[in-house]
Amino acid sequence: MTDSPQVKHHGSDMFEGYPVDTADTAGDQTVTNYTINFGPQHPAAHGVLRMVMELDGEIIERVDPHVGLLHRGTEKLIEYKTYLQALPYFDRLDYCSPLGMEHSYVLAIEKLLDLEVPARAQYLRTLFAELTRICNHMLNIGSHVMDVGAMTPNLWIFELREDCLNFFERASGARMHSAYFRPGGVHQDVPEKLLVDIGEWCDKRLPELFGDAMSLVIDNRIFKQRNVDIATVSKEDALAWGFSGPMIRGSGIAWDLRKSQPYDAYAKMDFDVPVGTRGDCYDRFMVRVEEVYQSAKIIKQCLRNMPTGPIASLDRKVVPPKRGEMKQSMESLIHHFKLYTEGFHVPAGEVYVATESPKGEFGVYLVSDGTNKPYRCKIRPTAFSHLQAMDFMCKGHMLADTTAIIGAIDVVFGECDR
Amino acid sequence: MGHPAPLVAPQSGFAAALEKLLGKDLLSHDFAADEDSITVDRDAIAAVMIALRDNLEYQQMMEIAGVDYPERPERFEVVYHLLSVTRNHRLRVRVTTDEATPVPTIVPVWPNAGWLEREVFDMYGVLFAGNPDLRRILTDYGFQGHPQRKDFPLTGYTELRYSEEDKRVVYEPVRLAQDFRNFDFLSPWEGADYVLPGDEKAGGTGEAPGKGAPTPMTAKEVKATDDKAAKAPPPPTPKTTDSPAQTGAGAKANIKAAKTSRDGAKAKAAKAPPKPRAPRKPKGGDA
Repeated sequence: MTDSPQVKHHGSDMFEGYPVDTADTAGDQTVTNYTINFGPQHPAAHGVLRMVMELDGEIIERVDPHVGLLHRGTEKLIEYKTYLQALPYFDRLDYCSPLGMEHSYVLAIEKLLDLEVPARAQYLRTLFAELTRICNHMLNIGSHVMDVGAMTPNLWIFELREDCLNFFERASGARMHSAYFRPGGVHQDVPEKLLVDIGEWCDKRLPELFGDAMSLVIDNRIFKQRNVDIATVSKEDALAWGFSGPMIRGSGIAWDLRKSQPYDAYAKMDFDVPVGTRGDCYDRFMVRVEEVYQSAKIIKQCLRNMPTGPIASLDRKVVPPKRGEMKQSMESLIHHFKLYTEGFHVPAGEVYVATESPKGEFGVYLVSDGTNKPYRCKIRPTAFSHLQAMDFMCKGHMLADTTAIIGAIDVVFGECDR
Repeated sequence: MGHPAPLVAPQSGFAAALEKLLGKDLLSHDFAADEDSITVDRDAIAAVMIALRDNLEYQQMMEIAGVDYPERPERFEVVYHLLSVTRNHRLRVRVTTDEATPVPTIVPVWPNAGWLEREVFDMYGVLFAGNPDLRRILTDYGFQGHPQRKDFPLTGYTELRYSEEDKRVVYEPVRLAQDFRNFDFLSPWEGADYVLPGDEKAGGTGEAPGKGAPTPMTAKEVKATDDKAAKAPPPPTPKTTDSPAQTGAGAKANIKAAKTSRDGAKAKAAKAPPKPRAPRKPKGGDA
């Protein structure tokens, strides 16, 4: 089992001075546990995760995840930036679902400002938040499947992710770090053709390609062997460990912030919250698969009911005017200058705003002291609680199950380490 | 309509319920921006959390945040965010502490407090009594200091790079190619509480705190440098050639230079001013 089994003589220290039979006999040999490093450069660690694992043969005895290798001091940097300048940092937290991160932040600012947001902006944000969810789940489902040994589905559904990124690019100009959601609305309106294309994509390409890819996986014997009954988490454990998102729903608790604490246009949407029955890796996976279909359903509702009108608040003390307006009006020019140098001031106070990001509850605790910069912006990453539970989820499992467990957690280190 | 942030229904009779449950451990309760927050006695935090979990159905502890208010006697706030999935309500629980006073841990109440407390310890240096594993979590192995404190500079103190000579990563003190710039946009016309530069001459407090870019030197050091400069011998007269008598090549050359140079020639013949140029003809000519 190990290359150098250490021979231990039980009790020889304890009974010093007493006659002890020290001759080796069969069965006296004890194999000590050994410790390995999983990561930080390991493709299945989904980033820079270092796990110090204590193994007994191939059975995991203890896991000590070391995080922080991607710590960039985002929260500190935000304290030195105006509210608008701090927004792009959120794209870079969970770089697999950038708009989901922005969502919490802009809602937190709007809550502090008590700013009304036009209906079209709310629908656009809901639409793109759901598109982000699909985009994120494509990556996670694909890599989870690949972590347990299947290659093809990942290649197929990466195409869908690519489609999503193209939609983001057409809306905001950037594929990943869009900075599209702004306090008061969104940055710019979308072309009509984009909405048409998203609708067609949801009707045809997404269900076809995704359905094909999933038909290879969800009833696959090997995939089930690798996931069913792996890292089973009970409802009580899921609550105690602060689970959220697909992790808590996988354990059978129908808790979705979009339903229970609706924000933006979610209150007007009709969708189902999938839950698992056993709380294992397979359930978490299947919750995500179903969420993709539910997201598509929400997107179609957004498209069907998309109102016309402004795409951002008309409060010129928060939302800068458009360039065309600036050419005509002195007032707009002044607003534009003030908003892009000094920025807007946010009344003193504190809020904790959490949204259902694709990975779970992503919260922003924003403390304002009445100036143009946040006094404190604490980001509540989803992965922190989930990764912390690695130890109890892995205990007693085989080393090879680790990849499935991490895959089902859906961890991204930009967000975890901040 | 109001803001589009997540809606949480306000709880009726919540303040009274809290009062009844926590008694004297509840220091204050306020309701602002649709959110309930309470400040509780630091030493009773574990008992308060158990009471909140078991009696008021806050099953989940989502977040522990530290906040630093350096001007307060107990400068740190440790802020716990609780969530009730049955009552669909959030509650913020605050305790205050300083650098030396530990906060009792709540790991026995919620196991996920372990890492969150580690993070607050790492970022602020708040100690948690009873946390089984109070190591740093986000910062580098062997990091010193607590970066989220307000008196910790944004740039930090050390930087690291891969050294080609040493074939390893080396740590060095931070050297900035450009001074760190921190723009102060607070308008002096809107009730600024600092002294504007120059105002101290009119009998103000003298120092203008927090104004301008921070300099790496203290006032004492600046003065010492100035004094040193005053004591030093004057710099040697720079070698310049202001007049023709300063060619530096000896007396003979000086005389010759005086003749040929413009200054010397001026004395001899103040010639007629140069003929003014004829006005330039327009290009293209007349057609």
